[in-house]
Amino acid sequence: MDINEIIKPENLVFKRTELMTDKTLSYCPGCGHGTAHHLIMEVVEELGIQADTIGVAPVGCSVLAYEFMDIDMTQAAHGRAPAVATGIKRLWPDKYVFTYQGDGDLAAIGTAETIHACNRGENIIIFFVNNGIYGMTGGQMAPTTLEGMRSSTSPYGRDLASMGHPIKMTELIAQLPGTVYVTRQAVHKAANVRKTKKAIHKAFEVAKEKKGLAFVEIVSNCNSGWKMTPVDSNIWMEENMFPFYPLGDIKVDGKIVKDLMSDLM
Amino acid sequence: MAKMRGAIVVDIERCKGCGVCVVNCPTDTIGLSKEVNGKGYHYSYMEYPENCTGCTNCAIVCPDGVITVYRLKVE
Repeated sequence: MDINEIIKPENLVFKRTELMTDKTLSYCPGCGHGTAHHLIMEVVEELGIQADTIGVAPVGCSVLAYEFMDIDMTQAAHGRAPAVATGIKRLWPDKYVFTYQGDGDLAAIGTAETIHACNRGENIIIFFVNNGIYGMTGGQMAPTTLEGMRSSTSPYGRDLASMGHPIKMTELIAQLPGTVYVTRQAVHKAANVRKTKKAIHKAFEVAKEKKGLAFVEIVSNCNSGWKMTPVDSNIWMEENMFPFYPLGDIKVDGKIVKDLMSDLM
Repeated sequence: MAKMRGAIVVDIERCKGCGVCVVNCPTDTIGLSKEVNGKGYHYSYMEYPENCTGCTNCAIVCPDGVITVYRLKVE
């Protein structure tokens, strides 16, 4: 059978969402940010809420997210996206407001804003892309960098005695009463992408019902910062990141569904 | 038995040749080309087009959203 017989408009099963602009993404080849952007926009498109969604871009690799997502967006000072989103949501209670942050933004300079926005139970969604490194500025050590992981500021690996422990923001936030849905997902394989899309759907449902804050962590790769090929970095992520950052729902409908104490041991 | 035949169309100039689609293809349809695009990346293409079932795995994992998928049921 000729390929041209298959490539016809009536046989179309998947195409790029129209809510992504035509600009070429500024991310490195194989970066999980692109997949995460597409998933959020696909969900917004499926729910038909393009005109009612407001995003807040962070500082970091995804600082230009407003160039790529074809919705109303703004950009906040480093780490202050949850504070800006709080203001927007309180002025526009009927809009869907989300922040899109990396680990340097959310878990380092923006820890206070993140924890207090979650504790207040603002009706926003936080998307947290965790790649364990400061990607944009040249691969420096982030709070989420794993023990022994090399970065440009920890060239012999992260030493717990002098550099402290990596922080599990998602487990921390799940314990706050203001959060309703807290989950950790990944986007490196097709099965994970489908699960992440369901999680994003659920997060938007929580925002619609105004029950509290929905927090979706996406464990991602940083092949440039980790000095690997995209495919190798995804394998490294499975072998090293997932044991410390296990995937799955942590809090559903306001109830913690995961044994957090056994995880800390 | 009905058989699924699929085909993908890659936006060559947007493809960054990361290879994530290649490892996610369950039927080993996709490969990276020897030629390069305008940016110098080895773009992905259907190396064995007869294998494709149109499962969309490659398209949903593509970080740059360059893959469009078509599927046809063949009796």
